[in-house]
This record gives sequence, C-alpha cells and structure tokens, in this order.
Amino acid sequence: MFGHRISRSGSAIVKQLAREGYKSTYGRRNLQRSYGHYLPSLPMVQTRTSQEAFFLKNHRFYTASASTPEEGDEETEKITIIFVDKDGEEIPVKVPIGMSVLEAAHENDIDLEGACEASLACSTCHVIVMDTEYYNKLEEPTDEENDMLDLAFGLTETSRLGCQVIASPELDGVHLAIPSATRNFAVDGFVPKPH
Amino acid sequence: MSRRYLARYLVSRYFSSSVSPRPLHVCIVGSGPAGFYTADKLLKAHEGARIDIIDRLPTPFGLVRSGVAPDHPETKIAINQFSRVAQHERCSFYGNVKLGSDLLLSELRDLYHVVVLAYGAESDKDLGIPGETLSGIYSAREFVWWYNGHPDYSSLKPDLTSSDTAVILGQGNVALDVARILLRPTTELASTDIARHALSALEESSIRKVFLVGRRGPVQAALTAKELREVLGIKNMHIRIKETDLSVTPADEEEMKNSRIRKRIYELLSKAAAAAGTSESDPDQRELHFVFFRQPDRFLESNERKGHVSGVNLEKTILESAGSGKQLAVGTGEFEDLNCSLVLKAIGYKSVPINGLPFDHKKGVVPNVRGRVVSQPVEGLSQTERGLYVCGWLKRGPVGIIATNLYCAEETVGSISEDIEEGVFTSSKEGSKGLMQLLEKREVKKVDFSGWEKVDAKEKQMGSERNKPREKLVTWDDLLAAAAAN
Ligand SMILES: Cc1cc2nc3c(=O)[nH]c(=O)nc-3n(C[C@H](O)[C@H](O)[C@H](O)COP(=O)(O)OP(=O)(O)OC[C@H]3O[C@@H](n4cnc5c(N)ncnc54)[C@H](O)[C@@H]3O)c2cc1C
Ligand SMILES: NC(=O)c1ccc[n+]([C@@H]2O[C@H](COP(=O)([O-])OP(=O)(O)OC[C@H]3O[C@@H](n4cnc5c(N)ncnc54)[C@H](OP(=O)(O)O)[C@@H]3O)[C@@H](O)[C@H]2O)c1
Ligand code: FES
Repeated sequence: MFGHRISRSGSAIVKQLAREGYKSTYGRRNLQRSYGHYLPSLPMVQTRTSQEAFFLKNHRFYTASASTPEEGDEETEKITIIFVDKDGEEIPVKVPIGMSVLEAAHENDIDLEGACEASLACSTCHVIVMDTEYYNKLEEPTDEENDMLDLAFGLTETSRLGCQVIASPELDGVHLAIPSATRNFAVDGFVPKPH
Repeated sequence: MSRRYLARYLVSRYFSSSVSPRPLHVCIVGSGPAGFYTADKLLKAHEGARIDIIDRLPTPFGLVRSGVAPDHPETKIAINQFSRVAQHERCSFYGNVKLGSDLLLSELRDLYHVVVLAYGAESDKDLGIPGETLSGIYSAREFVWWYNGHPDYSSLKPDLTSSDTAVILGQGNVALDVARILLRPTTELASTDIARHALSALEESSIRKVFLVGRRGPVQAALTAKELREVLGIKNMHIRIKETDLSVTPADEEEMKNSRIRKRIYELLSKAAAAAGTSESDPDQRELHFVFFRQPDRFLESNERKGHVSGVNLEKTILESAGSGKQLAVGTGEFEDLNCSLVLKAIGYKSVPINGLPFDHKKGVVPNVRGRVVSQPVEGLSQTERGLYVCGWLKRGPVGIIATNLYCAEETVGSISEDIEEGVFTSSKEGSKGLMQLLEKREVKKVDFSGWEKVDAKEKQMGSERNKPREKLVTWDDLLAAAAAN
C-alpha cells in the first residue's frame, strides 16, 4: 500500500540522503528536477495580494542562484508540510504560517505547477491531502475552487488547490501528494475518504 | 545550497550523465501547451536534451493565444511559464516554420533523435447534413480565430447584422465562449485583447438572441461550472431554459451520482432557470436560450438571399442507454425550425494528417501507446515508430483544458525516458544545425523567440494606447515585419 512507503517521521535529512542514494543506483526515473529554481525567500503574503510578488518571483526561475529557502524571518512561526512527489518520495519542508501551499512548494523546489499564478484559472496546482483528519481541518473550498477542482487531473475526495490552501498551525505535519500521470494512486492502494 | 539540494544535485548529475552522455536532439512540432509542457519536462528530465520547438505561426503558445477567450486574461498567464521554457539555454523556438510544407516529417526524423508532434487540431468535425456550406454558417474555430486575430482568419467578416438571432450548435465550453463574445456588452470587451476588427464588428452586431443547441440534456451538457457561472452573470441578459427539459430520469440521476461535475452543472442550470425573469422592452436586452434534446437535421436556405442560411431544422431527441452508464441521443422523427441568420458549429475540432504519419481518420488522432506513435495496426499487431511521439490534442483528441496537457506531456516524456534508458537513440544526429541549414536552403524566414518578443512588445505598446493589454497584429505581413524589425 502507498502509505507503507511513506515514513511518518518528520524531516530527516540523513534519511533523505540515504533514500536518494538508493534511488540513484536502482533508479529508473529521472531525479533531476527543475533547473535550479532555488528561490530567494519572499516576505510572507496572502494568496490574493501575492500575485504580483509571485509573478516577479517566477521571473527569477532561471536566473536565481542558490539560496536556501529557510533563511527567512526567524520570528515567523513555521509548520512542517510533507510533500509526496510524483515518485512517491516524501519531502518535508518548513512553511511560515500564512503562506500558500503553492508558494511553499516553489520556494522549496517541489515540482508543483501554478500555471495561472494563483488566479484560480488552471487547476495545475492540484494536491491531494493524504490524511483525512487534516483534510477535515481545512476550511471548505469555495465555489470557485470547486469549479476548478472539477477539472483537476486525478481528482480525489480530499483534493485541494495548492494556491488556495494557506499554512496554518492545524496543518502542521500534513502530507500532500502531487498527482502523477505515470503513477496511479488506485494501484498503490490509496483511496482517501473524507468525513 | 542545503544538504538536500546538494544531494539531489549530485545524484541528478551522476544519474543523467550516466544515462544520456551525448546530446539528445529533440524537435517538438507545435508551441501550444502540449509542446511547451513536453519541452519543460524533457529539459528537467534530461541534461543532454537540446530542444527546438517549431510552429507554423510567427507567434508561439497555440490556442492560449488564438483560442482562449479575450475576456479570460487569468488563463493566459500560463504564457509566463511557457516563455521561461522558451528562454532556457537548451531550448529554442522557431516560428513561421510549417511541418508538411516547409519541412517533411522524414526530414525531421533524420535530423533529430526524438520528434514530438504536438500540432493540435486545426480543422473541424462536420455534421454531414444538407446545407452545411450555406453562407452564414461558420465553425466555432473560424469564428474564434477571427476574434482572436489569428492571421489565417482575420478577414473572415462573419455576418452579424442580418437578424437578431444566432444559433450555436453544441454545448461545450467553446460554444459558451462564442455565446459570451456575442452577448457580452462590447464596452466590457473593449478592454480585452480582442482583435480590433472583431470589436468593431461586434459593436455593429444586431445579434440579441443566442440559442445554444444540445442534442442531449442538461445532465450531459459538456460545459464546465466556472464558464457557466460566468455566462449566467452577463449584464442585462436573460437566460431561458424550458422547465420540462430539467426533469431527470433514473439514468440521469445515476450519471450525476457518478460525476461531481455533471451534478454541479445540472444544479447551476436549474438555479438559472428558476431565477430567469421576464424580458423587458429594453432594446439592448440580450437573451441566451439553452435548447436541449435537439439535433440539427438540415440547414434552411433564405428565400430573399440565395446561398445564405435562414435557419436550422432540428429533430427532437430522446436519450437511450449505450451501456456503462452512458446515454446517447436518438432522433424521434419530430422536427421544428429555428430561424436565424448566423450559425456557429461548436461540435468539436479535428486534427489534420500529415504525409508519412500514421493517422486514425475515424478518431482524428495519431494512433499511439502512451505517446509512442504506432504504425497502423495490421490484425492487432502494431509497431512503434522509433523516435516519433505525440502529445496534446493530436494525441488524445480535441478535449481537455490547458492543464490536461501537462499530464499528457508527463506521459509522453515518460515513454521517451524509458526509450532513452533502453538505448534506443544511439546514432548521432545533426539536430539544430541541420535544421538551420535546411531552412536557409529553402529560404524559410524563421522567427525566433527574440522575433516574437519584438511582436509582443509592439502589440503591448499598441494596446497601451487603447487601454488594452495588447492590440494583436493580425496579418502575416504585419507579424513578419514586426518580428524582423530592428
Ligand atoms: C476556443 C477554445 C478556447 C479554450 N479555452 C480554454 C480555457 O479558457 N482554459 C483552458 O484551460 N483551456 C482552454 N481551451 C483548451 C486548450 O486550449 C487546449 O487544451 C490546448 O490548447 C491544446 O494544446 P495543444 O498544444 O495540443 O494544441 P494547440 O494549442 O492548438 O497548439 C498547436 C500548435 O501547433 C501549431 N501547428 C499546427 N499545425 C502545424 C504544422 N503543420 N507545423 C507546425 N506547427 C503547427 C499551431 O500553430 C499551434 O501553435 C480552449 C480551447 C479552445 C478551442
Ligand atoms: N474555459 C475553458 O476552460 C475552456 C474553453 C473552451 C474550451 N475548453 C475545452 O476545450 C475542449 C473542446 O471544447 P469543445 O466545446 O470544442 O468540445 P466538447 O466539450 O467536446 O463539446 C462538443 C459539443 O458538441 C456536441 N456535438 C458533437 N458532435 C455533435 C453532433 N454531430 N451533433 C450535435 N452535437 C454534437 C457535443 O454533444 P455530445 O455531448 O452529445 O457529444 C457537445 O455538446 C473541451 O475539453 C473544453 O472543456 C475549455
Ligand atoms: S495556480 Fe492556477 S488554480 Fe492554482
């Protein structure tokens, strides 16, 4: 089952290294992700007002040089979000309260698209909340989010749009999976059921 | 660089160099979402990939420029991401290069290890009923290309002034797009990137009533909620839906139970029907009629204007089960006329075959297995065409939103990666260099991405003078001149 491959331990860099080392020897799949999207830390902003910042930030995609995403404001409270990428690999990241999941993904070099830059017009930022309890802690999606979710690839009952989910204390420890065309959740035995 | 990234970086360096030590020359035909998402994923997956994207137009982005409605600027933001891909050091864009005339498929396959066809669907499904060639009947594709300033259709001049009524056949999102453009106040369209010729024609338009005709019911309508909500919100417009069309059968209930989108659409339509007020005698009052359970049988010719359409003869339909929960429309033998002076057929696009390419004429797609092109199967046995792949509307048929092409590209690139690992591409290829020589020899005036950036800058500048995000250049001459300007 899918869940079995996912360790619930928090952010263990050592483990991450081991996992990748392992993958490289047996690896079938590409491990190389985006061409250097190491993004500079941005001041935290709410989704709606952040569009311009988002836009600017994205313009630096190919030029930004290495900079760690975690060196931002020390005083900001952070939670841990665990992304589960297209290879089923678990990537824990620290996210300041108030930041959207899409921004958090981009700041941490996670391969999550955001074609419309958070204007609720694309559904490419689709993520699947893997734990029902966490899904239920989220505010209900708006009609507009549901309209876009209707069209999301691989929609599940615990699907959300990453640009609309904002980091809050209750979400500390949530697992968010990024849907993949080459890996089928049903095959992995993951069938989320909310409520 | 954090330890995690460092690890990733080292691993990926090691990994991709062990898999793809030499450059992998890739040509992608078509610069719509399918082409750009394929390029993006290939660049990320393979350090050796050197990608040329060609397009027959001098402008990139396919239907994001020429299809997506002018009043949907948020959707077009996808262009930002595509531009970043085009500017990647291992990727080049060459516009004004057409596969099939400037270049042959066999030539591309000789020059590149990998050829990915993503040239979309640039033709239309036919109804195949009498009168389809009367004037006043257009495919939605032609009408959309006209208002979006596609250089092949900027001189279309659709007849918008012969009556107050237009009929749109089909109830998908393209049908909704064209209905909205016909009905939306032109003062609102004036601040979009709609082509200038289209805005002037729409300002003169006498069309006040639009009939959206579907052969099935409100539960099966192919449109989506966001677009429906939007059209329901048009100012000074009344929605008409017959109460009786909204009654549902147990089979409809079942369809709604199995599809959240079907259920939500049905609820929205029911709500709109209930809210519909009565028309006042405002001359500018617009009406949108949803007509369900009617299929076009033939087009009627005008008595006064020979060769011009004056209406559509519609046959009433009922739904019959076609197995696995699907219901299809069948005619009842009962007919009625709907008068109009303009008909837009929004029943779907269709891809165009190219010499030397396997093509499924019935489905209008290139036969493929997970993006690998297969030669026409003989007795169930088919072979993959080495190094030839397909993505987007050409691969799946003309359905799906921009995002669908992202996952479609992921699948195609997955197949390419498998073939790389299996050592399919060992021979050496000329790639870009060979293409440049060939284009030069044929005197093809290619437009590279910096040429497009000049067009882009000029359009934006012209737009700013008119309070529009851009004023599109709509003829081949203007586009090529702007791209070549110093
Ligand atoms: C009217 C309309 C409105 C739409 N609105 C939306 C929307 O609001 N939101 C949304 O998400 N989706 C929308 N879609 C769907 C979306 O546009 C498609 O899913 C997507 O564009 C398909 O991508 P593609 O790359 O396969 O094809 P295309 O986008 O059509 O790209 C094909 C490209 O190939 C080029 N080409 C064609 N022939 C050749 C040749 N012989 N040689 C070289 N190049 C060639 C074309 O010039 C074009 O640039 C809309 C579609 C239509 C028709
Ligand atoms: N804003 C957006 O997101 C947006 C905008 C435009 C387009 N798009 C997408 O682009 C794709 C293409 O859109 P589309 O509207 O061209 O196609 P579509 O969604 O497939 O709709 C086609 C419509 O034509 C009808 N039809 C087909 N053949 C017919 C026939 N012979 N006689 C009568 N009716 C017929 C279909 O009815 P049946 O169902 O009975 O076959 C359906 O109502 C869609 O996936 C759409 O969602 C998205
Ligand atoms: S980024 Fe487009 S809907 Fe979230």
